[in-house]
Amino acid sequence: MTGIPTAAPRIQPIIRVNPVAKLATALVIGVALLLSLDWVSALVALACELVLFVWAGVGAKRLVLRALPIVVAAAFAGVTIALYGRASGATHFTFLFARVTDGSLSLAAATVLRILAIGLPALVLFLTVDPTDLADGLGQVLHLPARFVLGSLAALRLAGLFLDDWRSLELARRARGTADRGRVRRYAGQAFALLVLSIRRGSKLATAMEARGFGGPARRTWARPSRFGWPELLLVLVGLLVAAAAVSVAIAAGSWRFLGGQ
Amino acid sequence: MLLLGASGAGKSTLLQALAGVLGGDDEGDSVGELLLDEARPERARGRAGLVLQDPDSQVILARVGDDVAFGCENLGIPRDEIWRRVRSSLEAVGLPLPLDFPTDRLSGGQKQRLALAGVLAMRPGLLLLDEPTANLDPSGVVEVRDAVARVTENRDSTLVVVEHRVDTWLDLVDRVIVLGAGEGVLADGSPEDVLAREGRRLAAEGVWVPRFPPTVAARTRAPGRTVLRAVDLGIARPGGPELQEGLDFDVRAGSALAITGPNGSGKSTLGLTLGGLLSPAAGSVDALPLAAGLASAPIRWKSRELVSRIGSVFQDPEHQFLAGTVREELSIGPRVLKLSSAEASDRIDETATRLRLMGLLAANPFTLSGGEKRRLSVATALITRPPLLVTDEPTFGQDSRTWAELVALFSELLDEGSSLVAITHDAAFVDAIADGELALDARTGARR
Repeated sequence: MTGIPTAAPRIQPIIRVNPVAKLATALVIGVALLLSLDWVSALVALACELVLFVWAGVGAKRLVLRALPIVVAAAFAGVTIALYGRASGATHFTFLFARVTDGSLSLAAATVLRILAIGLPALVLFLTVDPTDLADGLGQVLHLPARFVLGSLAALRLAGLFLDDWRSLELARRARGTADRGRVRRYAGQAFALLVLSIRRGSKLATAMEARGFGGPARRTWARPSRFGWPELLLVLVGLLVAAAAVSVAIAAGSWRFLGGQ
Repeated sequence: MLLLGASGAGKSTLLQALAGVLGGDDEGDSVGELLLDEARPERARGRAGLVLQDPDSQVILARVGDDVAFGCENLGIPRDEIWRRVRSSLEAVGLPLPLDFPTDRLSGGQKQRLALAGVLAMRPGLLLLDEPTANLDPSGVVEVRDAVARVTENRDSTLVVVEHRVDTWLDLVDRVIVLGAGEGVLADGSPEDVLAREGRRLAAEGVWVPRFPPTVAARTRAPGRTVLRAVDLGIARPGGPELQEGLDFDVRAGSALAITGPNGSGKSTLGLTLGGLLSPAAGSVDALPLAAGLASAPIRWKSRELVSRIGSVFQDPEHQFLAGTVREELSIGPRVLKLSSAEASDRIDETATRLRLMGLLAANPFTLSGGEKRRLSVATALITRPPLLVTDEPTFGQDSRTWAELVALFSELLDEGSSLVAITHDAAFVDAIADGELALDARTGARR
């Protein structure tokens, strides 16, 4: 079918993969890695993923920039666990409640690796998800109710207006003479005003949607096809392989601890 | 067909009933029967297409093509047919954009034409327009009107439009119905007949009738000393690009300065900067004659110091409402100034009387009509008696009665020696009140 719009001309094949497949892949890897708390499975998964990123043409620079919050979060979690994590083995350092041991260090390493191994693929996959395509996928592939899927999609677009509203509310309070009082009280008032505004906007939007026949008796069609074919199966399969590799190497190495058990 | 009537006559409610989006019995009462092609409108979704007033809350999806396709999808139209209709509808409303063009980059007039295209794609037999141009600048009004003219040319569908600016639609309609508040149909006939018979009465109720323009009183006072001076002023939103640079102008006591220019030229940003709400991006705003002991730049004044010196009225009154009733809303200014309660209640009575709000003191500001909201937002700025008032589109979307009241009020204030800066698209308002006009060009600097 020619002439059906796609979201801007893009080169990387991953972008055109159905968002539902991306969701499933991220979920598969995430669940597999949450089953154990060892560092071997996380390391194997992370290594596989990095190889795949390079192969799929994800730019290192872009990845590092976008992943910065995840890396920072992982580092913080790592330091915290190294200092306060469950102590075992030789003690390297103590200060007040902090106690760095072999056990806490290996737990910290496992946590850092795990956050990266779950976070990075999710990031790469979701960076390329267009909300409209996701809604199409949820509606057509997973057959979630259109009312829910499209309602959420339309509401998401309204969320973009929040920031403008918030700025206007802030300036308006200064203009009314009430901007000098405590920040907490002022922000609470502003947040309430924002809530009122967004409810009003929401109900107007709902009227506009109904006026276009939304929620009517007709069986809805979908203007954009959302397919689940070979590329999607392939992506989910890759996710399964990464998860399987991580789990089996960890079991072979004897480090697998199901749900943190001993 | 053009549907006219005073505000509160139920014009919008009737349109929503025709469109079948009025809601069930739990949301209100209805009496009698309304049939569309011999069915209740709720059962005949898609036979009637409705375009509403606010451009922003009618955009449903993120891409132009998807937004137009939305209605067709809901009607269960097959995919190939949908895209054919999307293309022809966009062409019909004069919006030949790529189908993946982001809807948030459209202007107000374009958004309204997009909404019209979305409705047209559903092939309705009845096209309902509820003040579709009230929130648009003059060029947007023409865009939308012309688009409607094009799509109704062959008369294969019925058009019902609610609007209080008669001249916009007069050439397009062959029947006018006038509704009265609680009185039902007051007149029904050809535009010439109805306007000849009811024109004067409609004008008095706030409808803009070409032959009965609102009267404007003459101003009596000549401009006095300079109260605010912009020197080599550059303006920008926080973190945004510089919208204008090198602006030099004065605002004088007892005079009105109109700031005009196309959308995106930074008019509102300039208003906020003059009002002491945004920092200048370059140059300075000097309001030393108003400062009374404070620094010369209004942005350095505290919020409570600002209200008795410069009042700002925003384009959207709802952004400025803080309280649960009109009376509380009005009492905020006096409280900020720490006035005695006797003085405060005097000022509330005086301002509420002047702006015809006395009967509404117990009402919730958000439940007021458009004209009442505008009057209240002006009242909240006036109650602290600032010598300079900065207003953003004060007459936007107002009926002729509120328009005339605002012009009369501003004239009075100017004659009392206050100053006014008005950002406006409204040529009649500029003619009626402005002593000077600052016309901003889109991003290239300004001429006086």
